[in-house]
Amino acid sequence: MVIEVRNVTKRFDTFTALHGLNLQIQPGELVALLGPSGSGKTTLLRVIAGLEFANEGQILFDGTDAGGRHVGERRVGFVFQHYALFRHMTVFENIAFGLRVVPRQRRMSDSDIKKRVNSLLSLVQLDRLADRYPTQLSGGQRQRVALARALAIEPRVLLLDEPFGALDAKVRKELRRWLRRLHDDMGLTSIFVTHDQEEALELADRVVVMNQGAIEQVGTPEEVYDSPATPFVYEFLGNVNRVPCRIENGKVSLWGVDVAAETHDGATLPAGETAGFAYVRPHDIELLPAGQGEPAVVRHVAAAGPTARIEVSVQGVQPLIEAQLSRKRYLDLGLKVGQQVAIAARAARVFPASASPGPPAGPAGL
Amino acid sequence: MGRINPITERRGLRAGLIAASLLYILLFLVLPVVTVFTEALGKGFGGYFTAINDPAARSAIKLTLLTAAIAVPFNMAFGIAASWAIAKFEFRGKSVLITLIDLPFSVSPVISGLIYVLLFGAQGILGPWLAEHDIQIVFAVPGIVLATIFVTFPFVARELIPLMQEQGTEEEEAARSLGADGWQTFWRVTLPNIRWGLLYGVLLCNARAMGEFGAVSVVSGKIRGLTNTMPLHVEILYNEYNIVAAFAVASLLAFLALVTLVAKGVLEWAYGHELGGARA
Repeated sequence: MVIEVRNVTKRFDTFTALHGLNLQIQPGELVALLGPSGSGKTTLLRVIAGLEFANEGQILFDGTDAGGRHVGERRVGFVFQHYALFRHMTVFENIAFGLRVVPRQRRMSDSDIKKRVNSLLSLVQLDRLADRYPTQLSGGQRQRVALARALAIEPRVLLLDEPFGALDAKVRKELRRWLRRLHDDMGLTSIFVTHDQEEALELADRVVVMNQGAIEQVGTPEEVYDSPATPFVYEFLGNVNRVPCRIENGKVSLWGVDVAAETHDGATLPAGETAGFAYVRPHDIELLPAGQGEPAVVRHVAAAGPTARIEVSVQGVQPLIEAQLSRKRYLDLGLKVGQQVAIAARAARVFPASASPGPPAGPAGL
Repeated sequence: MGRINPITERRGLRAGLIAASLLYILLFLVLPVVTVFTEALGKGFGGYFTAINDPAARSAIKLTLLTAAIAVPFNMAFGIAASWAIAKFEFRGKSVLITLIDLPFSVSPVISGLIYVLLFGAQGILGPWLAEHDIQIVFAVPGIVLATIFVTFPFVARELIPLMQEQGTEEEEAARSLGADGWQTFWRVTLPNIRWGLLYGVLLCNARAMGEFGAVSVVSGKIRGLTNTMPLHVEILYNEYNIVAAFAVASLLAFLALVTLVAKGVLEWAYGHELGGARA
């Protein structure tokens, strides 16, 4: 089903949570709404579901306005962040709920309900837990019950609010792959909310990056990671070095590369010299023996795993710069803490300081 | 110097504190209850049953049961509605409503009763209109029921508001998203989640409804056999120096209190985690 968000604005009292958003989601897509807390991603999901209503704008399902219909009539499967399982019902009854509340003339027979619930139970691999209560389940099991319950009503769209937020790392990875397979097998159109960029980039067909109630960028994981449209996207997608620099006549020369400065909103760059920030990914940084470029000092080395993460200090740059080297390169250089080296950049993007969203909230490591 | 455990008192002090509280409970709680039952049986079981079987006593028991039978369901319905509104929705004047619900706790029952006399009594604001239409509220059963409803108004709501606030609205939203309408959501999700808290509130409400003295005493007029509830009847018998009969009726109220206490204890023990944060 095609879902279209058209000019949607949502206000809570004096606070505007969504500023005139536009977004189109194609049938069969798995889309991630990615952003920090307070960016409006959950509000957008709830407006699409019909749990909240927009003050302005429309939500269209296959071209028809869903505005007048509340959540029960939109046939959306909604999986809540904390699952919201009915605590006084067994797993079986939780999943059967959506089938039992159908008006009598359209309701399935008890035996059909039983059949459907049992097939959903085996779909989410919980056959043996049908008689348990939610409190007797682990986080991952509750998550799957919530999913089965949402799927029972044969939704046209599956909406998931932070679906893996409350799970530990290992379960999270497993469930993620499982959800991707389920989405593909059932031919669903799905939207999920997350603040975890790794999750969004790994799982989604397209990522919608949100900030302060607005959409910063929409694109495939490669697009948003390789060519972030704004400084915010650069910083939120993490693992980037932000280097203050001077832009002269629209150009910056940084560690051996010349970069043209750009603005994300089409504004013209101020003439002459102005302050800016260069964004350099750690894997676009090369370390060389001392004397072959801008001098730097190795401050910290984390070499476990396939790549080595080296932190170096560069004169006049705060904080430390992170470089990512292949294991082989790291061994060839024989890097030690305190060693003098030279730093070079292979690629960088430069934005004027006025476009920058302010100091980063801290390293959001991959 | 021996080792000092920082989180516990010396043994002597501990024993002293326990003894003091036990003595206190014995003196002020256990002894009076025992007295009620021994005095009631002062003339043996025969005297006890004669006192309870007295027509005036029976009418008082009936009136008390009737009053509770009206007031408790009323306040149960109101309590659920009010806590539902307060816990699940945001609206203007919410804090005013919460304060109003607590009002009967902060006003002396005698004054509550007096308000009804001033409103519905012969000299009251609505008195002439009521007299014209031949409706009697004060010094009649309706007044007693109204006063009881007022006094027992907060019990159910006070019990449910924190419980429902703690449970939030996610389960209701889930039910709605699965296609349930408002009624189905209430009966299948909200009500089962608050059932033990509700029962607890109803028990307390009922105990107070049957035991209320102050407010009822003002509006009742104490017409024997007509507008006397059990607590009022006890007072009248006592003032007539009919000690055995007074304590016999009182023993019924004490018995009710004990049953309530036990039921409350069982509920707390078995379903404490479902009774809301304040009590878990």
